Amino acid sequence: MSVDIDTVKRVARLARIAVSEEEASRMTGELNGILGFVEQLSEVNIEGVEPMTSVMPMAMRERRDVVADGGIADDIVANAPVSDRNFFLVPKVVE
Amino acid sequence: MTDLTRLTIAEAREKLAAREITAVELTDAYLAAIDSANASLNAYVAPTPEKAREMAKASDARIAAGKAGALEGIPLGIKDLFATEGVHTQACSHILDGFEPRYESTVTQNLWNDGAVMLGKLNMDEFAMGSSNETSYYGPVRNPWRAAGSDADLVAGGSSGGSAAAVAAFLCAGATATDTGGSIRQPAAYTGTVGIKPTYGRCSRWGIVAYASSLDQAGPIARDVRDAAILLKSMASVDEKDTTSVDLPVPDYEAAIGQSIRGMKIGIPKEYRLDGMPEEIEALWRQGIAWLKEAGAEIVDISLPHTTYALPTYYIISPAEASSNLARYDGVRYGLRVDGDDIVDMYEKTRAAGFGMEVKRRILIGTYVLSAGYYDAYYVRAQKVRTLIKRDFDLAFAAGVDAILTPATPSSAFAIADEALAADPVKMYLNDIFTVTVNMAGLPGISVPAGLDGKGLPLGLQLIGRPFGEETLFRTAHVIEQAAGRFSPAKWW
Repeated sequence: MSVDIDTVKRVARLARIAVSEEEASRMTGELNGILGFVEQLSEVNIEGVEPMTSVMPMAMRERRDVVADGGIADDIVANAPVSDRNFFLVPKVVE
Repeated sequence: MTDLTRLTIAEAREKLAAREITAVELTDAYLAAIDSANASLNAYVAPTPEKAREMAKASDARIAAGKAGALEGIPLGIKDLFATEGVHTQACSHILDGFEPRYESTVTQNLWNDGAVMLGKLNMDEFAMGSSNETSYYGPVRNPWRAAGSDADLVAGGSSGGSAAAVAAFLCAGATATDTGGSIRQPAAYTGTVGIKPTYGRCSRWGIVAYASSLDQAGPIARDVRDAAILLKSMASVDEKDTTSVDLPVPDYEAAIGQSIRGMKIGIPKEYRLDGMPEEIEALWRQGIAWLKEAGAEIVDISLPHTTYALPTYYIISPAEASSNLARYDGVRYGLRVDGDDIVDMYEKTRAAGFGMEVKRRILIGTYVLSAGYYDAYYVRAQKVRTLIKRDFDLAFAAGVDAILTPATPSSAFAIADEALAADPVKMYLNDIFTVTVNMAGLPGISVPAGLDGKGLPLGLQLIGRPFGEETLFRTAHVIEQAAGRFSPAKWW
């Protein structure tokens, strides 16, 4: 399988990365190089093989359903580019 | 006075305990070395001298009070991927511009709890995506090693290039690193240092900036096998904050060093004998086999038939996980923001300006292989092949193999800005061909220096162990180290 420039632009849009025409064109070539490289997996017989979900056999650990942390809103917003009274500020999304 | 930076961790530990030196003296020696070398090597992106002196002073007080921890007063470098409270933590990316976390990663907290001193944050490939440290926002690390008679700059490997270079150039006693496809073992091999990626789940991933969560694992880079064992013991722990950390006691790895390997079964996988592999790598491998045989190990040929598919599998699974993990960098909660016309425009401009080329490439590949219509063909297929890769190892271990010996890398360190590698991302990816299988199967792997090539550059051998077989790896790697000797670069910086 290979991708064309429109697919690269669509995927960049899905990934929320702005790309210029020139970048999209260069990436089309690079992505096709990588997709060509991974293409060899199609020759592996995977009939009846389960996809890996956990590399070490382990039961998912659970913890008690109690509040273990909190009250640190100042810490949470400390690194925000723009914040106001413990809110993250973003451009208007609702008219 | 002898140069304190030349002491191994084990040696410094003894001198500190005997009060022959103080932690402040030791730390000052490293800070002076960083000061004079970092402009040349670019190993540190953010030295923390004030914090280091403060921590060293506290160490001296604890030593005086008879309350010294296992790493009391030992100065370490920390890969920029580990969250360190109030200190530069950017995964060497522009998108985390100015980020100083309000929390500490579990691994670094474990080190501080044992008395270690932080010298600063180390350079790395952006978000740990790279094999040469050239994708760092802060520029490449220069390898302290140069080819004989040459002054050309070589890469220190990646992604933990800063960690490996700092250890090799005596700019820290040891360093933390992480390994998703070879990022501890490949730079260790390129710099004549020892690096171990422990079993998946041995170290907590909490507070480590995520790249590919099912593969990422922390480990140390050190000057010798004993130091690596000392560091791993402190780094490893079970952690409530990482449900994939494993609830098994952490052994005293150091105790394994010096134990005999007589009767141990060492597997030699025929699939690692690549077409066109340099004769020097072949010869090194044969030499390693001979050393282990002389020490009484039994050498057995084994087959790991899906080896060749590990790298393509990696380049589906790791970008897929990365595209999801890196979705959080959106200009809202931390780091860089570039304003836009609306929120989506802000996201797109922020991510376009904040991520470097290699990171964008992997996010796009990951987004593509996870997108509707391609998920089964790429991602699910890759996860099935991963099952087969792990099964290869399971079968070898079930047949009685204790550890597997392979080369660590297909070559020695290459030049910075190598044109052939820059032009073809896949060619660069091939650097990880011997290491990536280990991450796919979650196994422990150690890279240990085993000799120099014709150009006088270090080469490493890799030992792969059973799950939680780190003690076997330290024991066996020490045999190789005893036979091969240690390797240090000639100082030019």
